[in-house]
Amino acid sequence: MLSETDISAISVTIKLALLSTAILIAIGTPLAWWLSQTKFKFKVVFEAIIALPLILPPTVLGFYLLMTLGSNSPLAGVLEYFGGGSIAFTFSGLVVGSVIYSLPFVVQPLQNSFSTVRSESLEVAATLGASNIDRFFTVAVPLARSGFITATVLGFAHTVGEFGVVLMIGGNIPGETGVLSIAIYDHVEAMDYSQAHLLAGGLLVASFIMLIFVYLFNRHFSVMRSRDW
Amino acid sequence: MIECQLKIKLEGFTLDAKFTTPDKGITVIFGPSGSGKTTLLRAIAGLEKSDSGFLKVGDSIWQTDDNFVPTHKRQIGYVFQDAGLFDHLDVSGNLNYVTKRKTGLKKVFIDSIYTLLDIESLLNRRIGQLSGGEKQRVAIARALLTNPKILLLDEPLSALDLKRKNEILPYLDSLHNQLEIPILYVTHSQDETSRLADHIMLIEDGKIIGNGPINEMLTSFDMPLSHSGDAISIFEARVISRDTDFNLMHLEFNGGQFIVPDNALPIDSLVRIRVAARDVSITKKKQADTSILNIFPAVVEEIVPEGNAQVIVQLTLNGVVLLACLTRKSSASLKLYKGSSVFVQVKSVAILN
Repeated sequence: MLSETDISAISVTIKLALLSTAILIAIGTPLAWWLSQTKFKFKVVFEAIIALPLILPPTVLGFYLLMTLGSNSPLAGVLEYFGGGSIAFTFSGLVVGSVIYSLPFVVQPLQNSFSTVRSESLEVAATLGASNIDRFFTVAVPLARSGFITATVLGFAHTVGEFGVVLMIGGNIPGETGVLSIAIYDHVEAMDYSQAHLLAGGLLVASFIMLIFVYLFNRHFSVMRSRDW
Repeated sequence: MIECQLKIKLEGFTLDAKFTTPDKGITVIFGPSGSGKTTLLRAIAGLEKSDSGFLKVGDSIWQTDDNFVPTHKRQIGYVFQDAGLFDHLDVSGNLNYVTKRKTGLKKVFIDSIYTLLDIESLLNRRIGQLSGGEKQRVAIARALLTNPKILLLDEPLSALDLKRKNEILPYLDSLHNQLEIPILYVTHSQDETSRLADHIMLIEDGKIIGNGPINEMLTSFDMPLSHSGDAISIFEARVISRDTDFNLMHLEFNGGQFIVPDNALPIDSLVRIRVAARDVSITKKKQADTSILNIFPAVVEEIVPEGNAQVIVQLTLNGVVLLACLTRKSSASLKLYKGSSVFVQVKSVAILN
């Protein structure tokens, strides 16, 4: 059966994935919107920076995050000054790492679906008396609905699945930074294959069910009539 | 009144529009593709920004050199070429988009717009289930719900086939008759212009080259529309009586009475008449033995050559201006000159409503 460490790994993972996804959507939405609308010449630079985690080895990302957030870094000094401290090897550190690591998986689908929103739809909304913010939430967001669903699922799943970054910056402290993917690795290392099976199989089934729901939900959504009351 | 003086530089194109138009009736903005018609409409809506300029509609000033009122704060109704309905909402959702944001709209007002455009039966439909004509009706209703100070229509019929066009034209006629606000209507269709326009604004290469009442714009030799074999005149007449023996009706206008086939319009209704210059001939004496019913005394105002063999003659019939297209030879043998008293014979007229 599941050990206490396994259960805490599951709970830390879910907590981490939920929190990271929420932060990712909050940061990713304005970022993706800006990228989809701007005619800024150097926007490719921003797109490249956001896409970096896609091709960078997670250990490289983890290493630099450790350098940036670790106890000897200038950032930790600043945080200390304000009564905090280094966030390396803490849950907060994990969240920061996850957000950076999963950013492209949230920004790219959002940016894609935002760029299919025709500027005319927004202009129509303006002529009907909707302000900037108003037309973003009542026209752009509903029209980019499928992008939000994809972004949420990819952001969540990718955070659950990360390994290199969390190992580097989290340090696998049980109950604090010990997550599922590392727990599986530990079981395999200890030749404890049945425990590894339990966790790995559970993740497999959970991911599959999640995707089934998304596809059902998404299709249902496009057929369903929505009203603006 | 609309007072407009806007200059907008776009890539490879400059709109330099200066005009005033009356605050009632349909002003058709007429010009070839790429002449800046849509840009002008967008500028009035605030969708296209200019550095400086002046725009006043009724008593609202929307733009001065140092103030630019954003689109969502301008009281405009804008109907886009392809209707621009929100696909993620149904018909009532599209209409409620306005009523939710505009407080204090009276139910009577909303109902009157629904009636005007016959919306009631469409309310629960999805946008994908509407025909092109129905989409435009919903779009016009949605634009009118904003209680606009001006209605801007950007080629609302161009995406529709003939059948759908004829379906929606009566609704546009009723807008014309029932709305108290100015309507700017962009089109390059002569048919729509002659049917709907009270005023015409001619635009070419981003400049307004003429602006005035429809018949003045059609018949003035200063304007390009009169310099063509296809020149026409348009004016209003009233049905005054019918001749049931021959199935004809009599239409009265300032220059006399037209006799035309009866098309069942009630007595006293106003009709819009179009006379093509090619269908008008001129005689010095009133012909007695002729099949032509519509003969009126007229005075020659001006004659200009049209090509090598033809001339266009501008005539007035007790104040109503009419054009005739003749051969240069006929004009010479009749010795026509400014001030000649003649008779015009009108072979056929078209009734536009």
